[in-house]
Amino acid sequence: MTLPPAPKARLIVGLEIHVQLRTATKLFCGCAVRFGAPPNSLTCPVCLGHPGALPVLNREALRCAAKTAMALGCRILPRTSWDRKSYWYPDLPKNYQISQNEFPVGLEGAVELPRADGSVKTVRIRRVHLEEDAGKSLHDAPDATLVDLNRAGTALLEIVTAPDIASPEEAGDLAREIRRIVRYLGVADADMQKGHMRLEPNVNCAVELDGAEARTPIVEIKNLNSFRALEAAVAFEFERQTAAYLADPAYTLERRGKESRGWDEAALATFVQRRKEEAHEYRCFPDPDLAPYEWIAGELDELARETPELPQARRRRLARELGIGQGDALLIAEDRATGDLFEAAVAAGACPQTLAKHFINLWTRLAKDAGTTIAGLKLDAGALAELARLQTDGAVSATAARLIAEAMARTRAAPRALAQRLGLTRLSDRTALLPLVKEAIAANPKAAAQYRAGGGKAAKSLGFLQGRVMRLSGGRADPAVAAALLREELGPQLG
Amino acid sequence: MSAIGDLSACEAAAAFARGDITARAAVDAIAARIERFQSRLNAYAATAVEDARERAEDLDRRRRRGEALGRLAGAVLAINDNFATARGVTACGSRMLAGYHAPYDAAAVARIVAAGGIIIGKTVMDEFAAGGTTETSAVGPARNPWDPSHTPGGAAGGGACAVAARLCHGGYGSDTDGSIRLPAAFCGITGLKPTYGRVSRYGLAACGSSLEQIGPFARDARDAALLLSAIAGHDPRDATSAPLPPPDCLVPPANLPRGLRIGFPRAGCERSCEPAVLASADDACAAFRALGARIAPLAMPLLEHAAACLRVIAAAEAASNLARLDGAHFGHRTAEKAPPGGDETEFLCAASRREGFGAEIKRRILLGTLVLSSGRYESCYAKALRVRRLIKEELERAFESCDLVLLPAAPAAPFKLGEKIADPAALLRLHVFTAGANLAGVPALSFPAGFAGGLPLGVQLLAPPFGEGLLLQAGHAFQQATDWHLRAPPGVAGEEDA
Repeated sequence: MTLPPAPKARLIVGLEIHVQLRTATKLFCGCAVRFGAPPNSLTCPVCLGHPGALPVLNREALRCAAKTAMALGCRILPRTSWDRKSYWYPDLPKNYQISQNEFPVGLEGAVELPRADGSVKTVRIRRVHLEEDAGKSLHDAPDATLVDLNRAGTALLEIVTAPDIASPEEAGDLAREIRRIVRYLGVADADMQKGHMRLEPNVNCAVELDGAEARTPIVEIKNLNSFRALEAAVAFEFERQTAAYLADPAYTLERRGKESRGWDEAALATFVQRRKEEAHEYRCFPDPDLAPYEWIAGELDELARETPELPQARRRRLARELGIGQGDALLIAEDRATGDLFEAAVAAGACPQTLAKHFINLWTRLAKDAGTTIAGLKLDAGALAELARLQTDGAVSATAARLIAEAMARTRAAPRALAQRLGLTRLSDRTALLPLVKEAIAANPKAAAQYRAGGGKAAKSLGFLQGRVMRLSGGRADPAVAAALLREELGPQLG
Repeated sequence: MSAIGDLSACEAAAAFARGDITARAAVDAIAARIERFQSRLNAYAATAVEDARERAEDLDRRRRRGEALGRLAGAVLAINDNFATARGVTACGSRMLAGYHAPYDAAAVARIVAAGGIIIGKTVMDEFAAGGTTETSAVGPARNPWDPSHTPGGAAGGGACAVAARLCHGGYGSDTDGSIRLPAAFCGITGLKPTYGRVSRYGLAACGSSLEQIGPFARDARDAALLLSAIAGHDPRDATSAPLPPPDCLVPPANLPRGLRIGFPRAGCERSCEPAVLASADDACAAFRALGARIAPLAMPLLEHAAACLRVIAAAEAASNLARLDGAHFGHRTAEKAPPGGDETEFLCAASRREGFGAEIKRRILLGTLVLSSGRYESCYAKALRVRRLIKEELERAFESCDLVLLPAAPAAPFKLGEKIADPAALLRLHVFTAGANLAGVPALSFPAGFAGGLPLGVQLLAPPFGEGLLLQAGHAFQQATDWHLRAPPGVAGEEDA
């Protein structure tokens, strides 16, 4: 960390993302999938790995995996099969994991990430496959490690990208986009707090020194469970690896191969993991207990039909059809229900731009305060449209709209009624506004003088005085009427 | 009427249904025989006589009430030591699982019970089915009832011994590599390995998952049909179980189908077996010819590679299946403490396995681990899979011109315990004729077809997948024309019941 990254260092990141699918039961047995149940209460001979117990594929999990793979643009293999991956681990009862090695659900897709400048970054997806999760080892007991197998055997989707990610932010953006996609599809809750989504970046750098380019060792950072940790860990590795190479030219992929590191959340640093079997010998072979699955004619078409419009397509459409900017569209399309709400409000007559401003400036904050999404506020699309219309028609000001929105979130009353009740309808009556205009001028002689003096500062001074009038009117003054009255009262300008 | 203990499963069930015998009397008769012969034959790894008595009394009560009872009601049966049972221990012939209580009944066990069968105990087997003589069993070998100094064959030798010695009316074993057919031949009884997928493997402690099937040990083909019918059929808990109804073979016709063609690869057999065995196969062919069958010559050049190919695949699967037996998750846990500074979990696993597993299964686990390792996968495991496909295709070709294929069950007559245990190559050769059916997943019926030096010899018939009906019909017709299956080991039949 002492040395800054070399100017010619380039970051190379691929991401492995594990997503726990939202199936009612586990991948290979009938046990329920639920968070927070008493330890080992959601288990049976199959997920406990008892001798003689046999796995039976949960077809729903396979369908969820295929939907996701299709949404990621992958080619779906006509025949997908199961392999045993051997490793010894205390929370893996069979000492092998049923996974997919040779014939995963999907191969070779791509995800498009919108960039701030309006361009698009494409990250290739190498594969999407299903596997069973392990249990959890609990290290809180003083002299023992306790194992909870409720999670053992739950369906995990693994998504592996190509090393196309070039910055910590892109890594975060990709992970967030994957989360949006699985949520749009309804295949996962992807709740980071509950460990539904785990991120493992493979990070190395290409460092150019004296005209030659070297690659640092590929470091796999294990088990990150927040986007923040992902971005921080990748950024940390970029600096660490670059510095390590500059300090020691032998710190290269050729010399050192691959490494596994953990992430210390408190120290905000990665650390070397002492793990056995560095040269992973998984002894994969086809699981004799599970026949390969061959998709039945029409089955994949049906899944495609069930697939909703995905976030990137929606963002593009919002931009194309409604003129919504890239950044706004990202937020509006964050989750499917919020996007639906937006579009329903537009259909109910809201001006898309005003509504978009409301979404970005008003509703996001209110949703955040309530700990939910905008759709989670459970407000009617018609009401959102009405509020937008009130503002577009000039019946209420932007400030008033904010106050009405807050009241709507509290009381669920209709915006027009709230505007009346709260006295927030717009003041455009000249006789009512005139005293406020006079008061603003009297209280700000300097601004008044600047306006009268004309020149460069005149427009700014008028704007300032207009703002004062707005404030004195509690946000109700019609800005155009206020400006006209101010000009009349201030008299002619010089120059 | 014969003594209750001498009855076949069909006879016992019929006698019970008629009210000629009570289930309680049947259990008592069998229990008395077990008590008398167990020390000499070591057929059973564990008995549950009291459970069996309770169950018998329940059956008797229900019959008195006129309830409809299953087709096995009244039959006292044995199961292999690797069938999971919620009561008692499921040890798989290993010290490793000597204390293992399964939390559930295997699908086959549940079906036996639902059909009215009375399970009286679990029979001796080679440790995790790794063996052909029962000599790798942790509780000592079972003995051949025809001569207790000889092996009953393996791996499920205890079951064949128990049926031959009338220590049950019928039994069930699992056949990974001839483990039913080999001991059936050595003990002079009838044994059936069903088509892969015919019987649910749910609850069969897995060894060679892609190879093994549960099947009956029976006094004759009719009994085999009855015993199979009780356990066969689709089970949603076994993804490799075939979605087919049980075979329709409960009462096999006594004649052969007209124009039945039986292929006999005589030249291939001659290369791999003792002359007496070949002679008995020739005799069996003659008997089938007399019954109207046509015996067709057949070339099966890959046959002699079957046992080695199977060994590689079975070892790989066993290594993976047994990985959970580490002293932490399942299995024997060492009492030794890790030396200071050592890795405790690794020590626990290594010491538990060292103490819990016997030498032969350790060899198989090592072999399986080796053939799946990245350096050997292609040259060993993947190659074995290719050979397996070729062997399957060779059998498929045979079934294009033949309805059934006849082979000896074993290359040799039963031999003395200890005679071959130090000769791994000879032990592997024991499976030369049985491995093909496991690799191809086809059904095969082994039945008595002669004697050599007072010890039984068997032949087997193989059928295309799900051809159990035809197999049992052919076996039954053969047994209507011959009496090999009626002979009982000296000193065990015709005894008065206690």
